[in-house]
Amino acid sequence: MSEKNQSSGVIGWIDERLPILSFIRDHLTHYYAPKNFNFWYFFGSLAFLILFLQIFTGIFLAMHYKPDAKLAFDSVEFIMRDVNLGWLIRYMHSTGASAFFIVVYLHMFRALMYGSFKKPRELIWLFGVFIYLALMAEAFMGYLLPWGQMSYWGAQVIINLFTTIPFIGPELGVWIRGDYAISDPTLTRFFALHIVAVPMVILLLVILHLSALHTVGSNNPDGVEIKNTKDENGVPLDGIPFHPYYTVKDFVGMGVFLFLFALTVFYVPEMGGYFLEHANFIPANPLVTPEHIAPVWYFTPFYSILRAIPDPAFGALAMALSILILFFLPWIDKNPIKSIRYRSTLFKINLFVFVIGFLILGYLGVKAPTPLYNALALRFSEMYFIFFALLYFYSTARNSTFSYLFSGIILFFIIAYDILRINSDNYLTLLIGLSSVCLFVLFMTLSPLYTTLNREKEVPERVTG
Amino acid sequence: MRTSKIIFLIFLATLCGKGMAAGQKSEILLDYKAIENINNKASLQRGAKYFVNYCSGCHSLKYMRMNTLAKDLGIEEEIFIKNLVFSNKKIGETMTKSMSDKDAENWFGAIPPDLSLTARSKGSDYIYSLLNTYYTDSSTITGYNNLAYPNTSMPHILVNLQGEQKLVLDPNNKPKKLEKISEGFNSEEEYQQITNDITNFLVYVSEPAKLKRYSMGFWVLLFIFIFGVLAYYTKKEFWKDVH
Repeated sequence: MSEKNQSSGVIGWIDERLPILSFIRDHLTHYYAPKNFNFWYFFGSLAFLILFLQIFTGIFLAMHYKPDAKLAFDSVEFIMRDVNLGWLIRYMHSTGASAFFIVVYLHMFRALMYGSFKKPRELIWLFGVFIYLALMAEAFMGYLLPWGQMSYWGAQVIINLFTTIPFIGPELGVWIRGDYAISDPTLTRFFALHIVAVPMVILLLVILHLSALHTVGSNNPDGVEIKNTKDENGVPLDGIPFHPYYTVKDFVGMGVFLFLFALTVFYVPEMGGYFLEHANFIPANPLVTPEHIAPVWYFTPFYSILRAIPDPAFGALAMALSILILFFLPWIDKNPIKSIRYRSTLFKINLFVFVIGFLILGYLGVKAPTPLYNALALRFSEMYFIFFALLYFYSTARNSTFSYLFSGIILFFIIAYDILRINSDNYLTLLIGLSSVCLFVLFMTLSPLYTTLNREKEVPERVTG
Repeated sequence: MRTSKIIFLIFLATLCGKGMAAGQKSEILLDYKAIENINNKASLQRGAKYFVNYCSGCHSLKYMRMNTLAKDLGIEEEIFIKNLVFSNKKIGETMTKSMSDKDAENWFGAIPPDLSLTARSKGSDYIYSLLNTYYTDSSTITGYNNLAYPNTSMPHILVNLQGEQKLVLDPNNKPKKLEKISEGFNSEEEYQQITNDITNFLVYVSEPAKLKRYSMGFWVLLFIFIFGVLAYYTKKEFWKDVH
């Protein structure tokens, strides 16, 4: 440790025993972040802010909430009416759950756009996907606690997914519920997991996520490694200290976020039935199934994939795969160019179609199924997986044999599935859907051979602007 | 950068669009729209009066504490107890009903539901429609049927105020309109006002915090706005030397 790093007095005394000063130096004042972060780089710190808000409001909710099937619903209304500012704490927590997912989805989209999951940041991405999984578990278990109709029946649907697993399924269901049906033991264990176990897992994963980030440094909108060009002191030329530059910048992001957050909390906490579902203001009743069970909006894209395949076991498998595939992203997309700015038009089309498809899947997931919606859900589920296939395909330049073979394999699976289920009633919608997906696949895989659409741009040495 | 911003805008627009499109699902055959205005104290007071007189015998508001109600509606506690509490309850209690569930089941075949949260689970239009779409139907036990809640076992409590209606069907056997067949104590407009007041009252009861959050929200937003402006200019000052 050099001379100037030593402090005297109380701080110095502590620092000799606990490295707070060097921690601040390493992770804030002398941690160099690229100077060209844009709008998309707010969502990491915002996710951290929401995590803090959820823990803070959660503590106060836990003081008044009663994890008991007989008392839970009443205790939530007690919080809403008789606890001082209880309604505010509760709405902050319920809005926070949705806000968390909005921010995390945007954060993940940023990573897709700028290739932040690529070498050397694979572990950051992996920890991130684990956080996302833990967050889904946290949200799912938290949603049971108000013990309303949607809490109950939504949990029923999700737990039934596990029972479709061959051989162990039914026992697994009983093991998760602690009973043959969702009941008091399910509520109490979900409460324990929701307020103790999963939050600890999330906190641990966040520490790992950030440690990995600070080891390799942040990516940036140009996808250029700032550590490649340093000055004589070893400071990246395109880097600026995280504190004060990005701390003051993140405060601006927080201001904008908190404004929208407060707008929701105070004026539209139900968000038209999407953040708080109307049917959840009816106490859970195991004897009355609601006519339409919709999960909360942040699960609906995956719920659509589940429903797209009529067989429950294969539907659940497709849904599991749609989430698990995220773990493999760093090894699927091996294209050395990170940022969307220097990637080909076809890559941009692929990402754009993926985002639109994901949103449409989300929309379909909140709607009651109709034949048309089911047909659309299946096509967009196929498109969801095709996105990853194409990412792999664009990893490097492909010759014509590989291109034809690759598109042939994709088309084989899609067409084979449709041949298995074609009948005189569905053939028209089936053919329209099938031909759209097939044309898309052919265009995306074969146009690099005949057009310049797959041409990539030169990546600059240093960040731009 | 521009494409990514467009994608973000689409994302936001979808979220908003979803919010707009989502309404409470109700298949009311003839739709009646209630006017919600929980800041109209006179309407809430009238609604409370009608509720206590006509509804509270069978329906509880088990989450509604009476002193909160008195305070929010601007009624002094003594006047409230004198006019709106018929049993020997204390003002700090909630508005439970006196009828036992067992009696209710014997008399109506079903337990009348607690109405504390009905305006949130089913919506104000549902309540308003229910109160307005009773019609005579000799095939039911009570002699009345309802368009919003077909085959309900709830009798038409307000028939003396509204008068009787009969259902007119269109050629496809779909309900076309309701026609007055006898006059009630109140005119059509008065009756709609009464039922709207009851609906409005139940909207308030479903979430008393709404009165607070609307007014408190303004100050919180103002505070965050000032914070945001200060943060923005601080950031601008700090970033002057970044090129």
